Amino acid sequence: MQAFTTLNGLVAPMDRANVDTDAIIPKQFLKSIKRTGYGPFLFDEWRYEDHGEPEMDCTNRPKRGDFILNQARYQGAQILLARENFGCGSSREHAPWAIVDYGFSCVIAPSFADIFYNNCFKNGILPIVLDDAQMDTLFDACAATEGFSLSIDLPAQTVSLPSGQVLSFEVDDFRKHCLLNGLDDIGLTLQNADIIRNYEATRIQTAPWLF
Amino acid sequence: MAKTLFEKVWDQHVVSKNDDGSVLLYIDRQLVHEVTSPQAFEGLRIAKRKPWRVNASVATPDHNVPTTNREQGITDPVSRTQVEALDANCEEFGITEFGLGDIRQGVVHVMGPEQGLILPGMTVVCGDSHTSTHGAFAAIAMGIGTSEVEHVLATQCLIQKQPKTMRIRVEGDLPAGITGKDVALYIIGEIGTAGGTGYAVEFAGSAIRMLSMEARMTLCNMTIEAGARCGMVAVDDMTIDYVKGRPFAPKADAWDRAVTAWSELHSDADAVFDKELLFKAENIAPQLSWGTSPEMVLPITASVPNPEDARDDVQKEGWIRALTYMGLEAGTALQDISIDKAFIGSCTNGRIEDFREAAEMVKGKTVAANVKLAMAVPGSGLVKQQAEAEGIDEIFRQAGFEWRDPGCSMCLAMNADRLEPEERCASTSNRNFEGRQGLGGRTHLVSPAMAAAAAIAGHFVDIRDWV
Ligand code: SF4
Repeated sequence: MQAFTTLNGLVAPMDRANVDTDAIIPKQFLKSIKRTGYGPFLFDEWRYEDHGEPEMDCTNRPKRGDFILNQARYQGAQILLARENFGCGSSREHAPWAIVDYGFSCVIAPSFADIFYNNCFKNGILPIVLDDAQMDTLFDACAATEGFSLSIDLPAQTVSLPSGQVLSFEVDDFRKHCLLNGLDDIGLTLQNADIIRNYEATRIQTAPWLF
Repeated sequence: MAKTLFEKVWDQHVVSKNDDGSVLLYIDRQLVHEVTSPQAFEGLRIAKRKPWRVNASVATPDHNVPTTNREQGITDPVSRTQVEALDANCEEFGITEFGLGDIRQGVVHVMGPEQGLILPGMTVVCGDSHTSTHGAFAAIAMGIGTSEVEHVLATQCLIQKQPKTMRIRVEGDLPAGITGKDVALYIIGEIGTAGGTGYAVEFAGSAIRMLSMEARMTLCNMTIEAGARCGMVAVDDMTIDYVKGRPFAPKADAWDRAVTAWSELHSDADAVFDKELLFKAENIAPQLSWGTSPEMVLPITASVPNPEDARDDVQKEGWIRALTYMGLEAGTALQDISIDKAFIGSCTNGRIEDFREAAEMVKGKTVAANVKLAMAVPGSGLVKQQAEAEGIDEIFRQAGFEWRDPGCSMCLAMNADRLEPEERCASTSNRNFEGRQGLGGRTHLVSPAMAAAAAIAGHFVDIRDWV
């Protein structure tokens, strides 16, 4: 998993509440056997005029002009601003897979759905919770300035605006540790690789037929 | 301190303990199939990881494979993609796979024990809930999800919390014609689909000791339908005889050492369980599920229940919904229910003994005119081969059954084998949920002999007085 320490990135605004996982990545993409390649289908129904199917080439699909991420000024954005209860709906891990694959590594919102929030950390995405007033500040600033970007500092737990304003956020210590070191569950277990090897070395003596 | 069988096997696999009470549990064997593994392999690729111990995993495609005209390949593109992905992933990561053309290919839970891949005292996982099957070998065998499949591939371990222990004893002699499937359905009918939630179950008692290894597999297979984490049976001579000489079983000195170690794999006499249940074998009649949950089960001599007799309003609602879906009237004798299709197969009842028992019912008879399709689907290529060597395929064919190639088939209808809306099926599989065998399809869970006899009679019969 990609470690997350600091990030200075372009910001895109998604000004709606209750964006669910079916909107983030529609259900037809669950038939895929992959964990990557969902980026072109992120927000598929909002983003394109036609109906998307897995494996489709999206380069020439007709795009909806009114969809925010289709605007030229937000191309290459790495930070997504969102409203309350972002990521609600099913537990599909395809949602964070699509967000990461698109290029976002940080989502800032006043609240997130539980499972989605957890899934973000498993996939190298930093979800940041700020209060409604702070969110309004960010949405306003983003709308007012083309090329608006933010600096995220995970060790210091701060979001810095170009104006110099600094906002702090909370994050669970354990999750912060995992994200800073790029540790997913597997990465964490592999920190105990020596213990596993020692176990195997003993076990192969007592039960060699298992190896 | 006295230990239960579960505790003995568990303790031998604890690599380390975490502060929150969970443990890192070592996994000896992982079985892999095409539906729940692609994203796990993809995860390894993205993180540039290799399997921790490549010979611990063995794969076979089963859920999506066709059971006829194999030479034409898989026509459904989604199914084909998944099977091809399994082939490619096994090739890339060096995992042994018994692919479509291999005689050893089959339902993952039939293939595993048949190859000697499941040994007493192992921890076994697979991205499939019916992994519980392998508890018949005194193994801790658990179904897991895709992210855990990846975790086991990468680390050979799982992070687990220890479940509570339950012993279910069945004492006495099983009446003639009563199989492991009837015992399983009877127990689920008694304790309910949540009766085992939070527990590791050990099956014990004289009736269980008398069951063959294949019947014990059927019983442990269905433990998951009672909500349990896993089901187990202690090692005895039957276990050891079954494992001996199988391709992946230990040989020579290693075999002798293993047998000595395996003789410890039973609960100590004074071991304490969190819960104990006792059933009498003599009370078990041939079972038949009438509803849309495996706990909606009755002896063949009974009638469709009346929702007015339900325990409470919640159960009453459930029964009314089930009766509507199943198209049944309260009070109808179960033996008067006629069927449209019969399915003999699956990881529950797709082994050689199952086909022998079913063939007994079918021999010299013909499938009833009202039965549109009767299928016999062996659990593996080797089961098929053995049955053919015994002439069982001919018995089925002559009776009007279709004799198919191995796979999950109509157990979950992911391939072309399925029920049409409102079709009624006598099935030896394990789940009778709405739509399980096809949209609107109506499933009655039974033993192989009961399914075979129903196909011949055209309706359910009591095989005890049926010749
Ligand atoms: S036979 Fe049925 S229950 Fe068994 S693994 Fe296949 S689909 Fe699952």
